[in-house]
Amino acid sequence: MTEPVLRITNLSVGLPRGADRAQAVSDVSIAVGANEIVCLVGESGSGKSMIAHTILGLLPPGVTVTGGAVTLRGRDIATASEAEMRSVRGRDAAMIFQEPLSALNPLKRIGEQIAEAVRAHAPATPRAAIRARVDALIAAVGLPDPERIRASFPFALSGGQRQRVMIAIAMANNPALLVADEPTTALDVTTQAQILALIRRLQSERQMGVLLITHDFGVVAEMADRVVVMRDGRVVEQGSAEAVLTAPRDPYTRALIAAVPHARGRASPNMRATPPLLEIEALSKTFTTRQGWFRPARRVVAADAISLTLSAGETVAVVGESGSGKSTLGQMILRLAEPDSGRIRFEGRDLLALRGEALRVARRRIQIVFQDPFAALNPRQRVGEAIARGPMAYGVPKAEAVAEAHALLDRVGLKAGAADRFPHEFSGGQRQRICIARALALKPRILVADEAVSALDVSVQARVLDLLAELRAEYNLAMLFITHDLRIAARIADRVAVMQQGRIVETGPAAALFAAPEHPYTRGLMAAMPGRRLFGGLDAPAPEALTA
Amino acid sequence: MGFVRAFLRNPGGMIGLVLLVGVIAVAIFAPLLVPVDPWEMVGAPFEPPLSPDLPLGSDTMGRDIAAGLAHGARVSLAIGLASTLAAVLVGVVIGATAGWFGGLVDAALMRIAELFQTIPGFILAVLLVATLGPSLAHEILAIAAISWPPLARLTRGEFLRLKGRDFVRAAACQGERPAALILRHILPNALAPIIVTGSLTVATAILIESALSFLGLGDPNLMSWGYMVGAARTVIRQAWWTSVFPGAAILITVLAINLVGEALNDALNPRLARGRGA
Repeated sequence: MTEPVLRITNLSVGLPRGADRAQAVSDVSIAVGANEIVCLVGESGSGKSMIAHTILGLLPPGVTVTGGAVTLRGRDIATASEAEMRSVRGRDAAMIFQEPLSALNPLKRIGEQIAEAVRAHAPATPRAAIRARVDALIAAVGLPDPERIRASFPFALSGGQRQRVMIAIAMANNPALLVADEPTTALDVTTQAQILALIRRLQSERQMGVLLITHDFGVVAEMADRVVVMRDGRVVEQGSAEAVLTAPRDPYTRALIAAVPHARGRASPNMRATPPLLEIEALSKTFTTRQGWFRPARRVVAADAISLTLSAGETVAVVGESGSGKSTLGQMILRLAEPDSGRIRFEGRDLLALRGEALRVARRRIQIVFQDPFAALNPRQRVGEAIARGPMAYGVPKAEAVAEAHALLDRVGLKAGAADRFPHEFSGGQRQRICIARALALKPRILVADEAVSALDVSVQARVLDLLAELRAEYNLAMLFITHDLRIAARIADRVAVMQQGRIVETGPAAALFAAPEHPYTRGLMAAMPGRRLFGGLDAPAPEALTA
Repeated sequence: MGFVRAFLRNPGGMIGLVLLVGVIAVAIFAPLLVPVDPWEMVGAPFEPPLSPDLPLGSDTMGRDIAAGLAHGARVSLAIGLASTLAAVLVGVVIGATAGWFGGLVDAALMRIAELFQTIPGFILAVLLVATLGPSLAHEILAIAAISWPPLARLTRGEFLRLKGRDFVRAAACQGERPAALILRHILPNALAPIIVTGSLTVATAILIESALSFLGLGDPNLMSWGYMVGAARTVIRQAWWTSVFPGAAILITVLAINLVGEALNDALNPRLARGRGA
C-alpha cells in the first residue's frame, strides 16, 4: 500500500483536571489510506469524536494533544499552528457532523454557504465560476432543483437534504480525507441508507479516504473496509471489516456485536384469546400551524383513522420514521395530546370521555417511558421520591410507597442508596431504569415505551430491552413499543404495526411480518436497514439464537 | 452543598457579600453606632469631615452626616427589600398563572404587564407617589408597581418552557394533581432565574427610592440617602462631603447587591456550576 492519507501514531489527548479520566485518547494508532473507508466504532465516551476533532484541530479548550503524531498527506498537523490548520481544513481534510441543522448557519442561504467553502481556499475565483461550482456540487450530492436549493435557508430543507448540503460543503475543495462524525445518527433509516450510499459513491469517485465514526455496527457492516473498535480512549481491536465482524477477537467487540438486535421477529408465545385491553378505533389527529395572516395554515396529519388493539400481556411495536405520527399515537393514549376524532377504549371504558379526577384515576393503569432519560426526570427531585410520588398521589401511605420504591429500584438493577440521590448522578441507562421503575410503581396494565432505548448505547440498549422483557412477564404488562428501529421492534414485539404518514400500512405477527413484509413501505424500511446482510433479516439466518 | 461552594468560589460574589453584610450591620445597629437623631442640629453647618464629634462632617443645617448615612441605610434596605418582595409575589403569581393556563388568560395578563412596561417606569413611580402622597408605604407600592412586569414575564417564560417537558408530563401521568405539578416540579426548576432577577431588582429599587427622595418625594419623616444628596446638591462646590458620602453609600450598596446577584446567577446556573466541577 502507498503512503496513507492519514496516519495517526501513538496519539494521546489529555483531558483537563477533574474529568472522569486523565486522557480522552490514549496511545491510538490508526491509518486511513486513499480510497478506503475506515470505521471508528465505540460507545459514547470512548473518545472516538476526540480523534475526529484532533484531525481537524478543533479540540475544545483545555483538551490538548499530549503525545504522538497526526500526519495528513505527509504533514504533521498535531503541532500545526492555527493559520496552517486553516489551510488544511476543507482542502486536505473535511468534516461532516451528526446534526446538520446546528452545523449550518440558519441565517444564510444554502448557495452562499457552499460558495463560502469554495472561496475560502480560492479567494480570487470569479463569481460565475463559483456559481457553476456550487451548482455542480449540489448536483453531485444528489439534491434536486439547484435553483431552489441555492436560494433556500437550512430550515426549509429536510434532515437528509441538510446532510447532503453539509457533504457538498465538505466536498467543495476535493479533500483527500473526509471525516464523518456520526453522519446518519440523527436521520431516519431510509434517509440513512441514501446518505451512506452517497458517501460511498463520492468516496469511490474521488478516491477519498473516509474516516467514518459511528456507534452502529449495522453502519459498519454496510460501509467499512477496515474497522477500529475503541473503548475508554483505547483501541481494543482493529482489522479488516470482514475479520472484525465475523471473527472478533476482543471480548468487548464480541459483546458489542452480540448486542446488535437482529431483525428477525421473535416467535409469539401463545396469545390467549382474551378480550383486548386497549382498543383504538379510527383515531385521527391533524396539527395545524398558522404561518402568518396571509398564508394558508400548514396542516400535518399525525394520525389518519388509526385502529389498533392491544391484549393483556402482549407487546405491539409501532414502527415508523420521524413524522409518521407514532409518538403522537402514544401521547393520545395517555391523553397528553387530544385526538380530533375516533375512540380509545381501555378495559371497555371510553378513555377520551374522561375529565379531571376520573382521568387522573384511569391514568394510573397506563404508564409511559419517554425517549430521553435526561429530560424525563425532575433534576431537583430525589429518585426515590420521584418513584414514590405516583402511588402517594393515589393514596398509598408514604412509608409503604417509599419501601416499594426501594424494592423497585433494586428490581431494575440499581444499587441500594440510589433512592436518595439526584438524577444527574446516574448514567443514561441507569436513568432509563429509574423511569421504568417510576412507571411500574403504579402497577400499570399498559406500558407505552416511546423510543425508550433509542438514546442509549447499543450494549446498554440490549440490557434495558432484556429488563423490559423480564418485567413484562413478571407484571403481565401489555406494551406499546414505539420505535424507529426495526431491529429493536423485532427483538421485543409479538406484533408489529408499521406507520407511514399517520396511517398504519401493515400490521401482523412479528415473525411473519419480518419474514415476508407485504407493504412496499415496509419492504423499503427493511431494505434500508444497515448491515442487514450480516445481522439477519430477509435473506440471512441470524448468526445465533435470540435470547429475548 | 454544591451551591454554597460554587458561590464561595466566586471572588466578586464574596466581595459583594462582605459589603452587603456590612451595610446590613450598619442598618441594624444604627442607633448604637451613631446615637444621634439624624434630623437634629448637632453642630455648626459645613463642618468638614474628621471634626470633633462629626467624623463625616455636617451638612447645610449642621446635621450629622454619619447619623444620616446610618439611618438612611435602614430606609434604603427596607424599601429595597419590601418593594422587591411585593414585586416578586405579584410577578410570580401573575406569570405562573399566565404560563400555566396559557390561551386567553395568558393574553389578558400579558397585555396588562405590557401596559405597565410601555409607560416609562420612573415617571409612573413619580406620578404614583405624587398622587398618593409621599410616605414609606406609597414609595414601596410605587416601586413594586413598576418592578413586577419583568418578573412576571420571566416566570411565564419558565412555565411555558417547563410545562411541556417530559418530567412534568411524566408526573402528570403518575397522577400528580395540578397544584403538585406546579409546586413540586415546575416552580423549583424555575426558581433560579427568579431569585437572580429578584436580587437585581433590590438594587434597582434602592436606586429608584434614592431618585424619588432626591426629587423630594421621599417620606418626610425618614432620613434617606437620596434626600441627603438632593439637599446637598446646591452646595456641592463648598462642601463636597455633604453629597459624596451619601452618594458613595448608594453606589456601594447597589454594587454589592449586583455582585451578589451575578454570583447567585453563576452558582444557581447548573450548567456553569457543573462546568466548575461542583
